[in-house]
Amino acid sequence: MMNELHPLTKAIIAGQRKEIASLIQQCLAAGEKAGDIVEKRLVPGMMEVGERFKRNEIFVPDMLIAGRAMKEALKILEPLLVEAGVKPEYRAVIGTVEGDLHDIGKNLVAMMWKGANIEVIDLGVNVPPAKVVAAIQQHNPQLVGLSTLLTTTMPAMRDTVKAIRDAGLAVKVVVGGAPTTMEFAKEIGADGYSPDAGSAVDAAMALLQGGK
Amino acid sequence: MHYQSLSISDPADLIFGLAPKPVTTRSGMVIGGGTVYPELNFTLPPMRIDAATMPEVRRNYEQIIEGALRRAAELEAPGVVIEFETLPPMTEHPAWGLDIVKTLLDGMQHEKDRTGLKSVLRMTPNDNREFERPPLMRHGYYWETMLELFDGSAAGGAELLSIESVGGKELHDDALVNGDLAASLFSLCILGERDMRFLWTQLNKIADKRGVKCAGDTACGFGNTAMVLAEQKMIPRVFAAVVRAITAVRSLVAYECGAVGPGKDCGYENPILKAITGYPMAMEGKTSACAHLSPMGNLAAACCDTWSNESVQNIKLLGGMAPTCYMEQLAYDCRLMNTARSHGKESARQLQRWLVESDVALDPQAFIISPASAVELARVIVASDSHYHAGAAVARKAVELLRAAHSQGKLHVAPNEVAWFDTMQDVLDELPESESEFIARQLALADRARFLPAEYGLEA
Repeated sequence: MMNELHPLTKAIIAGQRKEIASLIQQCLAAGEKAGDIVEKRLVPGMMEVGERFKRNEIFVPDMLIAGRAMKEALKILEPLLVEAGVKPEYRAVIGTVEGDLHDIGKNLVAMMWKGANIEVIDLGVNVPPAKVVAAIQQHNPQLVGLSTLLTTTMPAMRDTVKAIRDAGLAVKVVVGGAPTTMEFAKEIGADGYSPDAGSAVDAAMALLQGGK
Repeated sequence: MHYQSLSISDPADLIFGLAPKPVTTRSGMVIGGGTVYPELNFTLPPMRIDAATMPEVRRNYEQIIEGALRRAAELEAPGVVIEFETLPPMTEHPAWGLDIVKTLLDGMQHEKDRTGLKSVLRMTPNDNREFERPPLMRHGYYWETMLELFDGSAAGGAELLSIESVGGKELHDDALVNGDLAASLFSLCILGERDMRFLWTQLNKIADKRGVKCAGDTACGFGNTAMVLAEQKMIPRVFAAVVRAITAVRSLVAYECGAVGPGKDCGYENPILKAITGYPMAMEGKTSACAHLSPMGNLAAACCDTWSNESVQNIKLLGGMAPTCYMEQLAYDCRLMNTARSHGKESARQLQRWLVESDVALDPQAFIISPASAVELARVIVASDSHYHAGAAVARKAVELLRAAHSQGKLHVAPNEVAWFDTMQDVLDELPESESEFIARQLALADRARFLPAEYGLEA
């Protein structure tokens, strides 16, 4: 399968940052549009990386290397994408709920989502409900991710989902973290649940594409 | 290094229930003196903590301590360590934390009066300094409230002081997900070492003033984060195992500053520390599956002096409330170890071998804290002349031990992890000899938005 892939896609998968600039220039010289390069060359590379991760063939550090190659490519293409009005299809706001400082799980989810070409606005940790609501109003995401690791901050997750609903914001909410469950997610009015960072893209896409 | 020789140099002597320097509590428990004690830790069920819910919070802890200690007494436990690890609001509002300290001590006294059960309270305030981003490590509101809680707890009767300190964690999480061994070394042996020295010097003053003991710290937010990520297949197990070896250099600083054990339960690096210091250590393994999974459920008990469950929610199980059920599990595990010891040294060593052999070949992280590995790693730490050099040396030794065990067929390493031996070795080979050069190099690479060098006594 690898042999059938475009060289730029292969370079993304292998995380070959130094090769990216010349490969993009080759694509542009061949008449490919910036948006098509993202959609047909870069995103398939990151999707393949995600699949390999799901098959336990590679680890997060390998994904991050590929992610840096993707970032390098987007940096080159960004002026052309802006000129053409091309933006990532989806945008997400993510944070660890108020009272909770654990951020590594949240960071991993953000990384996974970025790899799936979702624009991610990371609010950090210990995020009050009002700040989440304000960020949604400011950035207009389709998706919100909320994380917690403590049993005693699960009520803050409930408060945050309630604040989003009370504000009447049309956004899908996916929750996760060690003490949470699918049942808890439903109980507090979230739309989705991700048991771990590895499942976060599937959970997000199920909500985003199911909600089209 | 403060410690320049080993207290335990024979892996067979790195064994449960016995430490060269035991700790005697006010109640007469001798930890490391030939008996393994259960150490129970617990947390609240899903609920909010604020002024309005504090009565309910207190009721939970009353229920926990009453049920667990009653069961310990029924099972004729020789004594019990109770660990109170606060939740963030209880450190931020010391009065709330102290309220629970009193609740627990009252419960412990009640059971002593009722049945004679010996017990001791380990106080572990949650390290809230991370609430500031970047963290203020040596001053400010979170630092002051944390010290206030330590002091009040010690004055109130908590006899063992511990913490899961977080100095360096603001960079270490990224080091883990990037598989960056040099950044891990910087976080643990430069930032962590400096923070531990500052923190534990303060804690030792409190302990001296109040006549209590500094027990020990743990690299939980570092080594256990790595372990959980490896368990979830996010990072390689061999990488997590090498990080674990380095964490020993960081956790050792507590003992250099006056801690005497028992080391904190979730410090899976404790076997290395026991070999160096001779102080008793708490350990946790299969009985901590309620909090997190691990690949060394039996092996972790091989050299424990107290046997812990890490943390369990106060929820109802079929057998009873979860802390009571976990007290029973811990008590039976300890009874088995103490029975083996009562049959003499060879019986104890036989059980130690079984605990080790059941796990050691199946996971690099189990292998690296086995008594044999722990003594070898401890030896390179005490032979080093600085914490930086100790961290680098112990990482090199860990890679060497893991690679050799794998090549000899003594250790299972997943095929997609084998290349990481070379990856890690390359990083270690490129480390500068000079600590100042290493610090300058890492400061140039580090995300300055995440940490303040001055909080670690480093020049920006």
